[in-house]
Order: sequence, then C-alpha cells, then structure tokens
Amino acid sequence: MDLLINAIVAGLLIGGFYAAVTAGISISFGMLDIVNIAHPGFIILGSYIVYIINATTGADPVAAAIVMLPVFYLLGMGIYLVYYAAFERRGQEALRGLAFFFGLLFITEVGLILVFGVDYRYVEARYIGPTWRIGFVDLPLRMLVPCVVSLLMVLGLQLFLMKSFIGRAIQAVAQDQLALQLLAADPTRIKRMAFGISMATAALAGAFLIIIQPVEPSVGREYIGRAFAICVLGGMGSLPGAVIAAMLLGVVESFTATFYGPSWAPAVSFGFLLATLAVRPAGILGR
Amino acid sequence: MLAAGAGVFALALAIRSDYLFFAGYVVLQFIVLATAWNILGGYCGYVNFGTAAFFAIGTYTTVALHKIGTNSGRYLSGTLGELLQPLFPLSVLTLVILSGAVAGVIGLGMGYLTLRLRGVFFAIATLAMAVVLQTLVINWDFVGGSRGAYIIRDESLPVVGFKLGYVQYLFAIMLLLAAVAISVARLIEGSRLGYGFATIRDDEMAAEAAGVPTLRLKLIATTISGALMGMAGAPYPYYIGYVEPAGTFGLQYAVNSIAMPMIGGTTSWAGPLIGAVLLGSMQQIATVTISSAVNLLLVGVLLVVFVVIAPNGIMGLVLDWQHARRKP
Repeated sequence: MDLLINAIVAGLLIGGFYAAVTAGISISFGMLDIVNIAHPGFIILGSYIVYIINATTGADPVAAAIVMLPVFYLLGMGIYLVYYAAFERRGQEALRGLAFFFGLLFITEVGLILVFGVDYRYVEARYIGPTWRIGFVDLPLRMLVPCVVSLLMVLGLQLFLMKSFIGRAIQAVAQDQLALQLLAADPTRIKRMAFGISMATAALAGAFLIIIQPVEPSVGREYIGRAFAICVLGGMGSLPGAVIAAMLLGVVESFTATFYGPSWAPAVSFGFLLATLAVRPAGILGR
Repeated sequence: MLAAGAGVFALALAIRSDYLFFAGYVVLQFIVLATAWNILGGYCGYVNFGTAAFFAIGTYTTVALHKIGTNSGRYLSGTLGELLQPLFPLSVLTLVILSGAVAGVIGLGMGYLTLRLRGVFFAIATLAMAVVLQTLVINWDFVGGSRGAYIIRDESLPVVGFKLGYVQYLFAIMLLLAAVAISVARLIEGSRLGYGFATIRDDEMAAEAAGVPTLRLKLIATTISGALMGMAGAPYPYYIGYVEPAGTFGLQYAVNSIAMPMIGGTTSWAGPLIGAVLLGSMQQIATVTISSAVNLLLVGVLLVVFVVIAPNGIMGLVLDWQHARRKP
C-alpha cells in the first residue's frame, strides 16, 4: 500500500514535469501544425545552458532559465522564419519540414556531444537533495519544485491564451488562418510569436530536467515519444488536456517502473500513443 | 543491375584491400537503407524515422537464430525441434530472407495501426517505435540484453575451389542486396504501383476520391521498405562481431537514411544511390581522418541545408540545369 501510494505520488510529480515538456509541443504541433520534433533537443540545449550558468555563477537553475526565456523566444522566431520561407510558403512542410526538424534535432545533439562530451552533467541548488516526508509519502524536493513551477508555467500560458489579445489571436490562427487573414491580421506574424513562446518553454523545461536528473546529450530522444504521446492523448493543442495526460502517463510509467522495473518504462508512452491513435485520435479533451 | 554489381565486386577483389571491403560494406548497407527509406518516404511522402528499428529487427533476428544455431541441441527440443535441427546453422543468405520477413511483418503491423491517420502520426509512431524496440531488446536476455552479444564467425569460407574471406563474402551479400533494392525501386517506379504511390504523395485526398486504394498501397510500401531495411541489418552481426542495443539502434541509421535520399533526390531510384555513395564515402573518409562525431554533425548540417535550399536534391539540381541549358 505504501509502495502503491508512493508510486502514484512519484508519477504525479514526474507528470508535472512532462506537462512542461509537452506545453511547447502542444503549441507548435497542436495549434500551429508545425511538427517540431526537435523540441526535446532544444530542451536539452536549455539544460546545458542552465548548467553553464549554474556552474559559473551558482545561480538558481529556474532563475537562470527565466533569464534565458527571451533568448529562446528569439531563437524560436528565427527558426520559424526559416521554416516559413523554406517550407510552409511552398506547401512542402509534410516531408521536408519533418526532415528539417529531424536535422535540427540531430545537430543539437551531436553539437552538444562535441562540446560537452557524453558525460552526465548536473546542477547545484539548495532543493536538490532534501525530501519532505508526509506520513509514509516521500516528496523529494528536486521533483516537487519542477512540478510546481511547471504547473504554474502551464497555468500562466493557459491564462495568456484565454485572456490576452495575442493569446486569442494564436488560438484564432489554430482554428482558421484564412479567416484571420480576412480580418487583416498577419497570420505568419502571430505564428512566429507563438512558435517563439513554444520554444521559450523549452528553456524552463530544460531547467526542470537537469534539476530532476543528470543530463547527457542523447536523453532528449526519450522525450520525443512521450511528449507527442501526451500531446495526442490530451487532445492536440489543449493545455489542460496535456496536463491530465501528462499526469496519467507519469503515474502509469511510475507503476511500470515500480512493479516491472525501470528499464520497461520507456515502452509505456508508445503503448499510450498507439492506443490513443487507434481508439480516440481526438484525445481526452480534443474537439 | 547485377552486372554492375559483379563489376564492382571484381574491381574490389582486384584492388585486394581488406579496408576497402570493410568501408565498402558500410556504403553498400547505406545504399540499401536509403533506397528502402525512399520507397515509402520519397515515393509515398511518408516519413519513417524508425530505420534503426527495422535495421535492428534484422540484426537481432540474426543474433537470436545464430544463438539457437550454435546450441541447437539445447534450444530445439521436442518433435518440432528435431525436425528443425538439421536446418541449423543457417547460412547468412537464409538469415537475410528471414530477417526481411520479420521486419516486413512488423512494418505491416505498424502501418496498419498508424497509416489510417495523417502522415505526421506515422512519423512520430516510428520514432517512438525505435525507443520501444530498444527497450524490448535491452530487457531480452536471450540476445544479450544491454550487455550485447558476441557473434563468432569463420575466417573464410570455401567457394568453388578457392577460399573467400568472410568480409569479402559479406560484401558480396550486401552488394547483392543493394542490387535487389535498387531493382525493386526501379520496378516500382515504372509500374502501376509507382503511379499509385505518386498520387498519394501529391494529394492523398484526391487519390482516395479517385478510387486509388491508398491504405493498401501505403501498407505495401511500408512492408517492402521495412523488409529491405531488415535485410540490410541481417548480416551486420557477422560484420561487426559484437552487437549491443545502443549501437544497433543508433540515430546515425535514421538520420543517414533520411539525409541520403533527401540530398540525392527523392523522386527516382538514382537519388538515394547518389546520396548514399556520396555521403557514405564522405563519412568513411571523415571517420578515418577527422572524427566520427564531426562527420555525423556534417550529415545533419547537410540535411538541413539541402532541404532548405535544394528541396529536390542533387537530381533536382541536375534536372534544373539541363532544363536551363535547353532553353537559353
């Protein structure tokens, strides 16, 4: 029983982190229809930048990531400019756009290997190490902090999308690009901003990742299947759906790890993805 | 095609360099992988990121059957086992065909689950499949799990009177496979099947409306493509001598098999061939002279540069150039 409840709690905590990983993909893939499979690569890039800042100045990893948000936002806008000019305008995004992002994923991974090698890197912070205990439930702070900050970030994003003018414009782009054009708004400008935001979430997700576990360049690959499984299961482009799906996947993975061994956990996301695609492609909260 | 292959083999034998066979094997392997990828990716427009998975299916089919073959008394018991026992140890060619069958069936299953949806989902599912198969292999102790497995091969084997080195033998098999893969691609291109594939690539909705059985065609493409990739992986354990999951599922297979057709040109069989020969030889040279990480980075950069600047690859550039010359 203790084991069971601890497994659920651990799953919910890691699920919070998965929500941060998926938020960016929910925006790019779910709303903008840009299949950014390089997103996990940029998360790892974020982890390494946070690692450098933390190692040189001793700054808090989350604060370091917040400082990096504008940089990632600009990076995302830059990538979207190239993507738009090279693929979207020519209507070739299906095949070549995918190859483009796959190439970017590969370049970030190999580039990081060349610069940092394949050693595991980690950050220092006060909350890495201690564990709160409530009864028999363990709450390791290195899991709790990323989970809470991540949920705050997703909540903030959701409020931004629902309430602000730009946020609603982004949702409008997701629904009907042509209609937006008829209203004399520039859909590519809004998509550029949205893609920048989606990329900015990668900086924070990267900080969470390196707080939770030591990072080496190729761990990003494990998150591609997970993040897209969550995005599809939650209902493309729905952030609340993504949070629910992330928690669900976290709990099921945690169960698998506890009762069958951690080496089986990566297979869970694939089962989720296939089951969703086969049974309900619209996802939990999909329209 | 076979004549060209025999010519290459004779040339390689004449040069008498073992390194040439080692390096040539890898280039040929990439010709098979790139051509196989292109049957689904280039002709139908469906991106498969799971080349490594299909390749590994072939590799691990060989590892498992090889292990059964070396201890046939222990693993094959009962009446069925006794019936099968005389068949072992299997020759590499048999293993190639069996691996192709296994990979083809898995390709068919994958396609059946994901191809009814938009192409993007298929791409993501193949990416996830590579991770899952790697998990399965890591947990499968019979083929060595994450520790890997050693395959001991003979030094040489007798072929009509004289001794042929094993590397040369594997080179010949891979050469044959490359010839088969290219022939299959050429056959498809000129057939009804090829035109069907092209309609899917250009406008799937319109093709479906016009009565093209798109799902069946896509499944055929996935099966052929997967089977060829599995066949390319089957001789690999004998070539390398030691296989472990991290190397077999390496991202270099996925990125190379996408980059090669994209750089060569995806619309005809010559594109993947050109791309594989160029990139494959470049990597063999760069691995020796610079380092293997740098050459992988180079492949990634070339892929991105080509899809952005020359979307139809080298073949496209050549065709444009011919076109421009004809109309001055």
